Amino acid sequence: MARHRILITEDSPTMRQLLVFTLKRLKDVDLVEAQDGMDGLRKLSSDPFDLALIDINMPVMDGLKLIRLIREEESLQDMPIVVITTEGGQEDRERAMALGANEYVTKPVQANQLLRLVRSLLKLE
Amino acid sequence: MKERELFSRAEDVLGLFRRGAEFTRELLGENERLRRKVAELETLESATSEDAGWERLRSELVSRVEGLERERREALTRLELAEAENDNFARRYLEVEDENNQLVNLYVASYQLHSTLDLAEVLTIVVEIVINLIGAEVFAIFALDENSGMLAPVAAEGADLESFGEVPLGEGPIGSAVASGEIHCAEAEGVGPLVCIPLRVQDRPIGAISIEKLLQQKEGFSALDYELFTMLAAHAATAMFAAQLYSQSARKLQTIRGFLELLTD
Repeated sequence: MARHRILITEDSPTMRQLLVFTLKRLKDVDLVEAQDGMDGLRKLSSDPFDLALIDINMPVMDGLKLIRLIREEESLQDMPIVVITTEGGQEDRERAMALGANEYVTKPVQANQLLRLVRSLLKLE
Repeated sequence: MKERELFSRAEDVLGLFRRGAEFTRELLGENERLRRKVAELETLESATSEDAGWERLRSELVSRVEGLERERREALTRLELAEAENDNFARRYLEVEDENNQLVNLYVASYQLHSTLDLAEVLTIVVEIVINLIGAEVFAIFALDENSGMLAPVAAEGADLESFGEVPLGEGPIGSAVASGEIHCAEAEGVGPLVCIPLRVQDRPIGAISIEKLLQQKEGFSALDYELFTMLAAHAATAMFAAQLYSQSARKLQTIRGFLELLTD
């Protein structure tokens, strides 16, 4: 079975580690970490990914700008994007979805919910 | 006369023959009747034995049906037991999953807290934990100045640091929580901080985390949050204390080195 590559773009090392530990439970998944939007963009342009988890509030380049740039790139237009953020307002959600995010998850993240979501987006068993 | 007599005797003989013939016919008729009767009786006997066969078959079938019914009831009971066990396993699985998630959160928080000896980094990690793992929007971390006995805010999120102000040890919800070592939870919303987590190393008060407001999507504290409060109360305090000691020792080392350099010059 082909392995799935997931990019975790999150500036907080604590949150990154938590996401890594949570997603490690999925089979056939490779996790790559990026510490801000720019780092994420760099990694996305150099390697193919099946899914991106993106935080909104990040230094250097925020998550919304990263989502916009991803959707402008033809080869990344179909890659599912899950936003993981502290911003729980409806406007924030709509803005992210309008830019091209597929799912919007608010912090604190419920591990089971996130696992279900990722399984469904990657069509994992 | 003789002729008449002969004729009469012949008549008698003929009559005798006629009666014999009649009797024979009657006998044949009776024979036929009896044969029919025997045939009827044979048919009846055969039907009776068929009925007995049916009766035997019926009772066998009834007993079989009863056996199957009993088996069905037993199977249903076993199915119910299996379903109950299945439900139990499913519930247990969810509980284990939740516990696993809690352990991951606690492990990550504790791992991060002890990953550095730099006080600023420790404070950043505490802030990250309180935002990302607990879901607080407005909060502050207080450090105790042992000389003045005052708790001063050293990091804050969602509001200016100055807006929190200093708190005397033992006073108000924050000061009392630190003095007693007990986590303080507000009885009602909007009256002081929602939660005050005292930071202590053994019996030595180090500071406190005061959570004023939760993120809008966070409806309340969960069981995991209380685990995190307890973990923070001990581990954040240890991490802060270790970082403070390290910083002091680094400063002292620098002073001693400078002093030695002065002596050796």
